[in-house]
Amino acid sequence: MGEVLEIALRCLVVLAAFLVLPLLIGQIEHKTMAHMQSRVGPMYAGGFHGWAQLIADGVKFVQKEDVTPRAADRTVFALAPAVALVPYLVVLFVIPLGPSMVGADLDLGLFFALAVMSIGVLGSLMGGWASANKYSLIGGLRVASQLMSYELPMVLSAVSVAMMAGTLSLVGIAEAWQWSWLLWQLPALVVFVTAGLAELQRPPFDMPIADAELVLGPYTEYGGMRFAMFLLAEYAGILVLAALTTTLFLGGWRGPSSEELGWLWALTKTMVVAFFVVWFRVAWPRMREDQLNALAWKALVPVALGQLALTTVVVLA
Amino acid sequence: MTAVTVVFAAMGLVALVSAFLVVTSDQIIHAALWLVVTLGAVAGLYVLLAAELVAWVQVLIYMGSVVVLLLFALMLTRTPTGPGSATVTRNQPLATVVAGATTVALGAVMWAGFGGEVIDEDEVRVGTAARLGDAIFRTWVLPFEVLSVVLLAALVGAIVLTRRGER
Repeated sequence: MGEVLEIALRCLVVLAAFLVLPLLIGQIEHKTMAHMQSRVGPMYAGGFHGWAQLIADGVKFVQKEDVTPRAADRTVFALAPAVALVPYLVVLFVIPLGPSMVGADLDLGLFFALAVMSIGVLGSLMGGWASANKYSLIGGLRVASQLMSYELPMVLSAVSVAMMAGTLSLVGIAEAWQWSWLLWQLPALVVFVTAGLAELQRPPFDMPIADAELVLGPYTEYGGMRFAMFLLAEYAGILVLAALTTTLFLGGWRGPSSEELGWLWALTKTMVVAFFVVWFRVAWPRMREDQLNALAWKALVPVALGQLALTTVVVLA
Repeated sequence: MTAVTVVFAAMGLVALVSAFLVVTSDQIIHAALWLVVTLGAVAGLYVLLAAELVAWVQVLIYMGSVVVLLLFALMLTRTPTGPGSATVTRNQPLATVVAGATTVALGAVMWAGFGGEVIDEDEVRVGTAARLGDAIFRTWVLPFEVLSVVLLAALVGAIVLTRRGER
């Protein structure tokens, strides 16, 4: 009975984190972008610096009419937001906040996380096709080509730290982490975050949704709750990417007095990485489609392979 | 009948039904999406057979990449929503024969190789990354490398075919 209770409790905590942390990241994005652009951002909802803005947004989304285009493929159209969102929830179960603070410590945690993350993109593809809108379709095509280019460097750079740690378990990797990794695994870190951004279609890699040319890409026809789910999937994606980066490259729960405060360190690092993700959005303009693919194949893949070779030499030496 | 057997049978049923829908649906994109369900159910079967790594590889490579590639190609060529956009070819009888023959051949190989195998549910040897890596890169390294050369040849062939006439 105790075991069942513990599993249920872990599931509940992960679910709570999934519902709260993406909203926090959303608020960070609202405020950071505003201040970086000399605005103040949301100020009224909830009183103190508009902290309840995203909750108010949620209430607004619920009230909106659920529109489906007449030519759309209704089933696929309705399923797409869920397919985009659920994988990130599943991934959160294997990401540790501490040596035992994890939904489930899988022997193949890293592999599991990368595998499940790659499914989320199917949601954008389904939405892009089912909307029966040519802008959506072009957006969907760009999503697919982007994913195919960036999946490889992402996996390769993650393999580098897994090889160094000698395990694929996320808890094991964070436990094997050393300060020196910050220095000589830096290329892998850069490749991982860059490829992750591209997989999430975050600026400067937001060619699929490029609002100036494609309206909103695969999400053009979505409104109300369905659009909110896509939006939540984006923030959940940032959360998963930041948490994975923390676990793999930044030592997870390591820090002063990490015995008691480990989870706080992990969360802080995750939020700092998320802040950087927002910062990149403000700092860089959108890349062109060909530049985007050239970056993946001509820069990221060679760097990741070089890092992998270096790690191999270090491990064997 | 243990719980594992029941779940296994259910997964197998899902895989079979969705596979049937892949070949019968009149919407080629629906066929590709049903293929996702089939591949997912097969990954579930792998998990139940204690082949964890193979299961996640299946998810990463087949569901996450191959189907995306398929959808990319389909969206590039056959876009309209609505029924009747699936390709109907006159080769259907031939395809049935080829598929049937492949099934028989693969089934026979499986039967001959693993006919009497029984997985003892009490002491399962989980197919971890370490164990699989050992098998592939120690015992079966030569066939593995030969296979990778075949893939490389296919890759080079595809590039040559697409760039023909581009001098």
